Amino acid sequence: MSGLMIFAALLVALFVGAYVFRFAGQTATGNAPRFRDMTFGVAFGYVLAAALFIWAIYYYFQPKVLDTGVPNAGVVFFRWAVQGFIIAAIAAFLFRLLGRMVGTEGTKKLFRSMPLTAAFGILVIIIYAVVAVFAGAIAPYGQAEILGAANVMAGGDPAIGGNPDYPLGTDQIGRDILSRLIYGAQNTVGIAFITTCLAFFIGGSLGFLAATLQGWLDQLLSRGVDVLMAIPSLIFALLLMTIASVWANELGVPLTIFMVLIIAVIDSTRVYRLARAVGLNIVVMDYIEAAKLRGEGLGYLVFKEILPNAMAPLLAEFGLRFCFVFLTIAALSFLGVGIQPPLADWGTMVRDLAPFINFAAFAPTAAVAPLLAAGAIALLTVAVNFVVDWMLHKSSGLKE
Amino acid sequence: MSRLLTIKGLKIEGRSDETWNPIINGVDLELNKGEVLGLIGESGAGKSTIGLAAMGYTRDGVRISDGTVEFDGIDLVNASAATKRSLFGKRIAYVAQSAAASFNPAHKLIDQHTEAPVQHGVSNRSASVEDGIELYRKLRLPNPDEIGFRYPHQVSGGQLQRAMTAMAMSCRPDLIIFDEPTTALDVTTQIEVLAAIREIVEEFDTAAIYITHDLAVVAQMADKIKVLLRGDEVEEADTRTMLSAPKEDYTKSLWAVREFQRPQQPPPPDDAVPVVSVRNITAAYGTTDVLHDVSFDIHAGRTVAVVGESGSGKSTTARCITGLLPPRMGEIAFDGEVLPADYRKRTKDQLRQAQMIYQMADTALNPRKTIGEIIGRPVQFYGGLRGAKKRERVNELLDQIELEPSQYYNRLPSELSGGQKQRIGIARALAAEPKFIICDEVTSALDQLVAEGILRLLADLQDTLGLSYMFITHDLATVKSIADEVVVMKDGKVVEQGPKTEMFTPPHHAYTDLLLSSVPEMDPDWLTDLLKERGVENIGDAAVDKM
Repeated sequence: MSGLMIFAALLVALFVGAYVFRFAGQTATGNAPRFRDMTFGVAFGYVLAAALFIWAIYYYFQPKVLDTGVPNAGVVFFRWAVQGFIIAAIAAFLFRLLGRMVGTEGTKKLFRSMPLTAAFGILVIIIYAVVAVFAGAIAPYGQAEILGAANVMAGGDPAIGGNPDYPLGTDQIGRDILSRLIYGAQNTVGIAFITTCLAFFIGGSLGFLAATLQGWLDQLLSRGVDVLMAIPSLIFALLLMTIASVWANELGVPLTIFMVLIIAVIDSTRVYRLARAVGLNIVVMDYIEAAKLRGEGLGYLVFKEILPNAMAPLLAEFGLRFCFVFLTIAALSFLGVGIQPPLADWGTMVRDLAPFINFAAFAPTAAVAPLLAAGAIALLTVAVNFVVDWMLHKSSGLKE
Repeated sequence: MSRLLTIKGLKIEGRSDETWNPIINGVDLELNKGEVLGLIGESGAGKSTIGLAAMGYTRDGVRISDGTVEFDGIDLVNASAATKRSLFGKRIAYVAQSAAASFNPAHKLIDQHTEAPVQHGVSNRSASVEDGIELYRKLRLPNPDEIGFRYPHQVSGGQLQRAMTAMAMSCRPDLIIFDEPTTALDVTTQIEVLAAIREIVEEFDTAAIYITHDLAVVAQMADKIKVLLRGDEVEEADTRTMLSAPKEDYTKSLWAVREFQRPQQPPPPDDAVPVVSVRNITAAYGTTDVLHDVSFDIHAGRTVAVVGESGSGKSTTARCITGLLPPRMGEIAFDGEVLPADYRKRTKDQLRQAQMIYQMADTALNPRKTIGEIIGRPVQFYGGLRGAKKRERVNELLDQIELEPSQYYNRLPSELSGGQKQRIGIARALAAEPKFIICDEVTSALDQLVAEGILRLLADLQDTLGLSYMFITHDLATVKSIADEVVVMKDGKVVEQGPKTEMFTPPHHAYTDLLLSSVPEMDPDWLTDLLKERGVENIGDAAVDKM
């Protein structure tokens, strides 16, 4: 009851605050259009945002440890999030500044018009790519190397069970988490990238083919895709992976190759749908008719006339699809049929260390172990989408 | 007469590449109650921007930087959003160019009609429905009692445009802004809309700003005319003075635009083999015949204009000739040799001989390719030229269409103006070195001055290269200036054909006569006289339907 009362009182305070804010603005600026034409909803939004901001500052400076001696986990995680956000913003800003000073005239111009989010995305992708390529040189230990001490805490502080040799700690059987994270970039990101490219090659070319030729081929492909899409994709992938694991043993082919093929085919159905829909809008254009009347072949029509015009939506889809593929692989690994141990993989790491999340309330450092791999997945997903959004904005801007 | 709208020293700027660039550089405008002002100029002259600014409104990324707009004593530049809302729809209304794009397709016409009066509290719903039906009747829409209860897609373009005028009238505003309301319509439809708009504006003594690039149209509608050029006023005068004695050179050039005429070629000798021969074509979409027994010949170096309203089968004939729509009966012969009906069965050389130029250059040029790639492709595809030789040939073609090669070779179509894009379309057709080109409404999307330039270019090319044209158009002024022979089509049939001189001298077929007399003339009394002659009930589409 009292909670409800407080909520109601807060709401009333915000309403009054919004009204006062707007009135004060109107009086102070002599009825400038910005305040004069402001709707009540907008004023309410400003006041609400201000209130939340003040609360965030207040919460940030709460003590890390409660009077009872138990760590205040909410505050600890909140501080990490805020600090991480600020560091990311500064890094992105510096990176963009660097891009504006160094490089060719073309890249400088590119960086000048780049929003901070895109700079951040590019920076993260570059770091991931470098880490993935040079994993062997960067990682302090091997990905399957068992180092003795299991379940060493992150942070490297011996007082709470850390060890400076393993800055991010070790996992349940004593492998270095930092090294496994680095190798995980190679395995998870590399495989996801290959799978997405394959899905786009299959789905894109078949989709454009269906849009250009139409008729029975279109019917055949589209109905086939409908059937595949009707089956829940994760369950379908699980089923196929179970079958494939038998074949993999018989044929002596790594299971990972089957996984790439299976996920590529399942995801290509979504790409097919998009490519066909976009393609259908393009093939009715007069320039396609002109090319047909010129006597151009199918390959030229699809790759030279249709593809360049379908690039923007396909790129956007690529960003999203990459994240989905990535998450599917992580999910399959989490369920135990994806990338097989001892290969390091972020999905497997989350699964293996998942129980530590239960310590989050009273030992934030212990809960970090599974969150590191999950965070690596989340960060890349966000970064890829930032970059794709920006590319999309640029390419749509070109069309006037 | 009392003053309704006063615009003084209006300056408008648009934002592009982080800077504000001037669009309008100080225009003055005055409008009295019940007066109609015509705003004319090419595209980019700022006509629509001024029309919107008269409502105190600017599009996104555009701002009024200086000057005043005063509507009946209210300062619209500094008015609050609430004040403007109370005026829009009630005292100031706007009629957009494309009614089809401006109506909400999900609601019935009458529901959209009653929205403004109910919202502004002028009237209740049932009264405004009745009023709407009354307005539909006044605008001579067919079935005025029922037409309002249809959805926008169930009504023709001309009818939609009138329904939109009725909607603008729903609150009996003091001022209506018409932004090119008839530009997208056929001549016979246009005349109906013009007559309806004029009548209703007179009846309710509404002031109007009429924006158009067609002088003949503005001559019928406006009391006074203001000519604009790139954001500056060229001159303003009352309609009769302006038409009879324009002062400025630019205005004179606008007036003289329709004077271009290519001399008519002598008729070909009797034994000449026509370049293209259309023989008894009957064609169908699905099971419905859309062309019935169409035949005509096109001889070397001649232009055949195919005239008719939309839906008359002009473009379908072109599709049969190019082989996109194989005809159900009849055949197409090229230099006396019968072509396969389907374009996929024609040889590369047969395809090369006949090229096409499209109406909308925007959709006819691949927006992702540079000009060099667009023109270079047929050069490489048919001529087999590559590298420097290809580049040389493309430069030659760009010279032919009067565009500087070094400047345009690497540009994208979006960086060109409408007229330049159309020239690129022509160059792409020429690159195949054809004998015959189909021009499908190539000038109808362009301003008159630009269109004239395109027509001159086509005529020059015809003289130097000996090309034959099939010129599809609904604009009879274009026919007059460029055709040697004319084919008039209606409902998929040829109603009349012959040399141009014969076609433009009476007696005509009744339909040709209707088309010819529906083309607006630069005489302010033309519409009034025509209405007297034909009778109010018997103009435009109504007359076509009676045929």
